[in-house]
Amino acid sequence: MGRSPLKVRARDPKQAWEEDFESSPARDDGIETSTISGIPLKPLYTKDDLPATRTEELPGQYPYTRGIHPSGYRGRLWTMRQFSGFATAEETNRRYKYLLANGQTGLSVAFDMPTLMGQDSDAPTSRGEIGHCGVAIDSLADMETLFGGIPLGDITTSMTINSPAAILLCMYIAVAEEQGVPASVLGGTLQNDILKEFIAQKEFIFPPAPSMRLVVDSIEYCAKEVPKWNTISISGYHIREAGSTAAQELAFTLADGMAYVDACIERGMRVDDFAPRLSFFFDAHIDFFEEIAKFRAARRIWARWMRERYGAQDERSWKLRFHTQTAGVSLTAQQPELNIARTAIEALAAVLGGTQSLHTNAMDEVLALPTDKSARIALRTQQLLAYESGVANTVDPLGGSYFIEALTDEMESQAERYFKQIEDLGGVIPAIEASFFQKEIADSAFRYQSELEQKRRIMIGVNDFTVDEEVPIDILRIDPRLESEQVARVREVRRKRDQARCANALASLRKAAAGTDNLMPYILEAVRAYATEGEIMNTLIEVFGVYTERAVV
Amino acid sequence: MSPTAVRPVRIIVAKVGLDGHDRGVKVVARALRDAGYEVIYTGLRQTPEMVVDAALQEDAQVIGLSIHSGAHMTLFPAVVQELKRRKATDIIVFGGGIIPDDDIAALKKQGVEQLFTPGTPLQEIVDWLRERFPAGPA
Repeated sequence: MGRSPLKVRARDPKQAWEEDFESSPARDDGIETSTISGIPLKPLYTKDDLPATRTEELPGQYPYTRGIHPSGYRGRLWTMRQFSGFATAEETNRRYKYLLANGQTGLSVAFDMPTLMGQDSDAPTSRGEIGHCGVAIDSLADMETLFGGIPLGDITTSMTINSPAAILLCMYIAVAEEQGVPASVLGGTLQNDILKEFIAQKEFIFPPAPSMRLVVDSIEYCAKEVPKWNTISISGYHIREAGSTAAQELAFTLADGMAYVDACIERGMRVDDFAPRLSFFFDAHIDFFEEIAKFRAARRIWARWMRERYGAQDERSWKLRFHTQTAGVSLTAQQPELNIARTAIEALAAVLGGTQSLHTNAMDEVLALPTDKSARIALRTQQLLAYESGVANTVDPLGGSYFIEALTDEMESQAERYFKQIEDLGGVIPAIEASFFQKEIADSAFRYQSELEQKRRIMIGVNDFTVDEEVPIDILRIDPRLESEQVARVREVRRKRDQARCANALASLRKAAAGTDNLMPYILEAVRAYATEGEIMNTLIEVFGVYTERAVV
Repeated sequence: MSPTAVRPVRIIVAKVGLDGHDRGVKVVARALRDAGYEVIYTGLRQTPEMVVDAALQEDAQVIGLSIHSGAHMTLFPAVVQELKRRKATDIIVFGGGIIPDDDIAALKKQGVEQLFTPGTPLQEIVDWLRERFPAGPA
């Protein structure tokens, strides 16, 4: 080739691209190009979108943007932890054994609404709710059945419960004792995140102050007695599912985390004595890159706050560990098989974001509790990612992507702006009482719904690509007889127990609740005496009272 | 609005049952309000008795119920029954939530006028109300 006699200087490549982009035809379908949370996106990211002073980060090193483990998933895969629980303890016990036999590596207990709300199955307002959203647990007797034949020293268990969390943890400890497993070796996670209940999920019972006391009591107790237990799973999932954006989920969740840290420090605990056992729980929504950026930003923010603001010295205190669940709200009742594809995309985002454990939703979860088959497909989706796709072979494979890094920075700065707002309101609890979070979330939910109505966002099968014929899919139904059986069971427990021991335990608990003792040993004794969950809660309500939310639309 | 002053349709929206999933109910409440209806949201964990009390006190023509816990087969008919007991069957009841098709048919037989499931456009709910109350907000 001869030399070409160039007269004009070559165009600057970036400028050339911009010109070429502008002159290219643009899609004209009216669909938003911002993230699902409304962050405007450029069509292209380059190194100009990153701060010039950026130094290279590595996984396993502060501030852990690229992951908390130097070896990523090469060292250990994420825990595949499918949340399940339905009907009676006996039926759920069978499902657990089925899931464990199919390669699941940890249990995750879903409780029914009466259990979550701290009331027994024979309470009048439990009517119609028993065993629907999860398993019904009224007393230690049900818990013994739930974990019968499952060695609690060999598995880890996550329990999704909040207001009555301390009671369920005590029941777990008591079942382990009966199996001969000491509390000191028990591993698992208690959700125990009351702040997000006030903010989003609304399963609160006591007012904020005594609610926080119970949380701190359990953290303090576990630090000494159940040291391998994750005492709290600070949850963004419910905040997101209630309609928040990704940035709000990130900001509100981490703000809650800091509020727990503040409360424990106020109790007199040293930050490094409890912080390593705090864990987080996030949503993985359908906007793929935004989710990955959210997970990366979460680790970076937490590490900085723990080290710089709280002065934590132990590296474990800096490391944000989290569980992820794919987004229930992204699933559709229409063409429900598509939910398998949605869940796979969301699960991939969680994995690329470096999650420690993962729940993948079953395709029929939008309609009811999953069947055995749909639950297996959901688990197999994770196994496919782990063993077939190759994505687990490289640590933080998207690290260094101009787009991902810029979006991670954007998430971080949006979160920091929210922290400032919350601080200006006086902290998380005053902000709850001012309905700040509730309004923010309701606004975002309404904005998203409006975008769907205007077709600026598409949900396949819902506002576009619809079909007339729907193929009904099998859904799991709860036998209505279960209700009367569970009611009979709790009454039987009340009849057969040592009444004097039970009454004494509840009287001691009431007295302790009025004072300042850590309530965990009192609750544990009441549980061992077969006091029911409702009786224990009602004892505490006598002292603490109940909380009523101001209804804001 | 029609030329003769028509009282705007007043709607009680309520969360029955124990679950606290209030995203849907709030979005619907806002949409109905934006469509010109008078909307009163009761808040969470309302018993059928409380819902009917509110509807009578507020002189509402419509009750909209939301539930996501799976207890709809118990609680929706209980609201209809309570209206019968209080001789207030002119108040119509509609509902929303995660409700399988078979249950929808059964609930309609038991007096719940209309049910809306996830993915329903808000406009569809508004259109249904306009049809049901032609003299309501324009």
